[in-house]
Amino acid sequence: MRRALPILAVLVALLTAIALVNPHFLEPAGFLAFLKRAAPLVILAAGQYFVIVSGEFDLSVGSLVTAEVVIAARLIDGDESATWPVLVLLIVIGLLVGLVNGVATTKLRVPSFIVTLGMLLILSGAVFLWTGGAPRGALSEGFRVFGRGGLGPVPWSVLILVALGAAAIRLMRADFGKTLMAAGDNERAAALSGVRVDRVKIFAFMLSGLAAAVAAILLGGFAGVSAQVGQGLEFSAITAVVLGGVALGGGRGSVPAAMAGAVTLEALFTLLNLYGISGALEFTVQGVIIIAAVAAGAIRLPWKPTPRRGDAHAAS
Amino acid sequence: MPRPEAAIAVLAALLLAGCTTDRPTATTQPAAPATSAQGSGTGTQSKFFVQADFDAQLAMRSQTPQGPAAKPWEQAIDPKMIDTAQYKKDGPYHLCFSNAAVNNPWRQVGWKTMQAEVALHEEIGEFTALDAEGKDDKQISDIAELQAKGCDALIVSPNTTATLTPAVTAACAKVPVIVFDRGVETDCPVTFIKPIGGYAFGADAAEFLTEKVPAGGKVLALRILPGVDVLETRWSAAKVVFDRSRLQVVGVEFTDGDAAKTKSIVSDYIQRHGTIDGVWMDAGATAVAAIEAFEDAGLPVPPINGEDQQDFLQKWKDAGLTAVAPTYPTYQWRTPIIAALKILKGEEVPERWNLPQPKVTGDNLADYLQPDMPPLHYALCGCEDLPGFPETWGGKKG
Repeated sequence: MRRALPILAVLVALLTAIALVNPHFLEPAGFLAFLKRAAPLVILAAGQYFVIVSGEFDLSVGSLVTAEVVIAARLIDGDESATWPVLVLLIVIGLLVGLVNGVATTKLRVPSFIVTLGMLLILSGAVFLWTGGAPRGALSEGFRVFGRGGLGPVPWSVLILVALGAAAIRLMRADFGKTLMAAGDNERAAALSGVRVDRVKIFAFMLSGLAAAVAAILLGGFAGVSAQVGQGLEFSAITAVVLGGVALGGGRGSVPAAMAGAVTLEALFTLLNLYGISGALEFTVQGVIIIAAVAAGAIRLPWKPTPRRGDAHAAS
Repeated sequence: MPRPEAAIAVLAALLLAGCTTDRPTATTQPAAPATSAQGSGTGTQSKFFVQADFDAQLAMRSQTPQGPAAKPWEQAIDPKMIDTAQYKKDGPYHLCFSNAAVNNPWRQVGWKTMQAEVALHEEIGEFTALDAEGKDDKQISDIAELQAKGCDALIVSPNTTATLTPAVTAACAKVPVIVFDRGVETDCPVTFIKPIGGYAFGADAAEFLTEKVPAGGKVLALRILPGVDVLETRWSAAKVVFDRSRLQVVGVEFTDGDAAKTKSIVSDYIQRHGTIDGVWMDAGATAVAAIEAFEDAGLPVPPINGEDQQDFLQKWKDAGLTAVAPTYPTYQWRTPIIAALKILKGEEVPERWNLPQPKVTGDNLADYLQPDMPPLHYALCGCEDLPGFPETWGGKKG
């Protein structure tokens, strides 16, 4: 957790700044509303973390979210009884897209940047073709409750976020997490020491696909059908992970820090909005963060030698 | 801190507008109650605002259009007819269309409607359409390409006004040109077709709020994005109306047309102000998301405006809202085909073809609500009598 400290400091500073402008923010209702809004991005960031820490990228999550919401609306078409089968189908689609990404990256040896960029284009093209630009159908109330409703005062999306966050942390502490970290740090060394690199990477992509499916369920539930729902989410997720101090290229960083990065990014957007800065600037801010965070990670301060933690795993 | 030139600009604007807003840009108002005693909170007027156009559009709303009442896409308000005998030729005709884009539901509905209109006319031998995919440079080369295809008439829906003007001017020399939706900065097209316009849209919605929201009520204005002429006119007209009213505009926010963002913004305002008494929107696509923000907060939905999309009309009926829906009718996509045929047959057409721009109100809501159509379908497509309706537009046979 020590590694998550810098991002937590930034997060506290941002939350304080928001609270100064909007005192309601720190009341339980206000803060829960904020978490509810942040939940999809935090879940996506957790999924993206698995892929990035294994040394790869997943650029397909944004268009996967859009595709999932559009598919759900078309298949449910307002029919309550279709809710649960479609929810299961969405999860399966998410895992399947992750599987394809993973297999193409590991078995076909295509760089993940290209594979997932291709998947982004395939999915967004397919959605456009299928819908003709205007999504059809409607989501049922039962589907929307996950993004809209709550258990008493606590939104479902916050509960889902807590459950998935805990699962992600446990997963990284289990053998899978250690082998994933090793594969991302030094693929060859990991393979030589008996890690099935391809298998853990495919699993990481499937986790990212799963995260996209859950994010789609929450986002579709929150605001309904839209063909723009997933726009730019892949970059937000990557920015969040990098902001959490996770190294692009793999092998370093923790999942709580990546999730804290997502909350921080959402807090930053909230703050920009409170000061009336247009949404168009969000992309600029994300671009600056990605470059600055990666540059900061590359600078080694002379009086603070940081051992590459991943080496320990790779050697073990 | 504001720079001196910005301060001077604000001061000048204040003197001109005679209002006492305290911020140079139209953004969030501070939560402090001190602002309530000041102006209407609408910020400075848009640089796109043209008083004469504003006055003309508002006047057009009450004028009776000429032409068949059952076919508003053939009607024209105060038309000045021009002779087209010089373009007369025998059929069959080859019509060409340079389309700015089909990248949103409005253009989707319109494009399907135009294709169906083409199918109605046997005298159209060939119809060639190129989609510029929202890019000016592609549309410029599209227009050049179409001129080489032997078109008898060229229809253009420009992507942007200024950039496409030279391309349209060049085409005018070779073939009769019909422009619709957004305009160009030249009179060379034979006719320019459009509904009344953005000022009428914005004013219709704002006037409704000034009627329904009690004096001193807090209004939240939601805009898609700044700097687009067709959207700037809507907001600038609303600003004029709000400035004359006793309503207090507590915020003018940009939503990027994103439902989740819209819902978040409205939720934030409800939280900050306790309640919001009216919502003005420059486009209806995210109106349902704004309404849900009130529902989820357990508050009654205040007077609001949307557009003629089915999801909003359905919500309006189901929740019994106090609402209005100004429109930018998609039936205008039928008119260019009709105009092209009139021109090629040597019949008179209006020089500026101003189509009527009806609004959906509580009284006529039932006429426009079509539960069998998809949620993002626009009710004023004028496509109900066209072959292939409703399936082509994504609807189910009722």
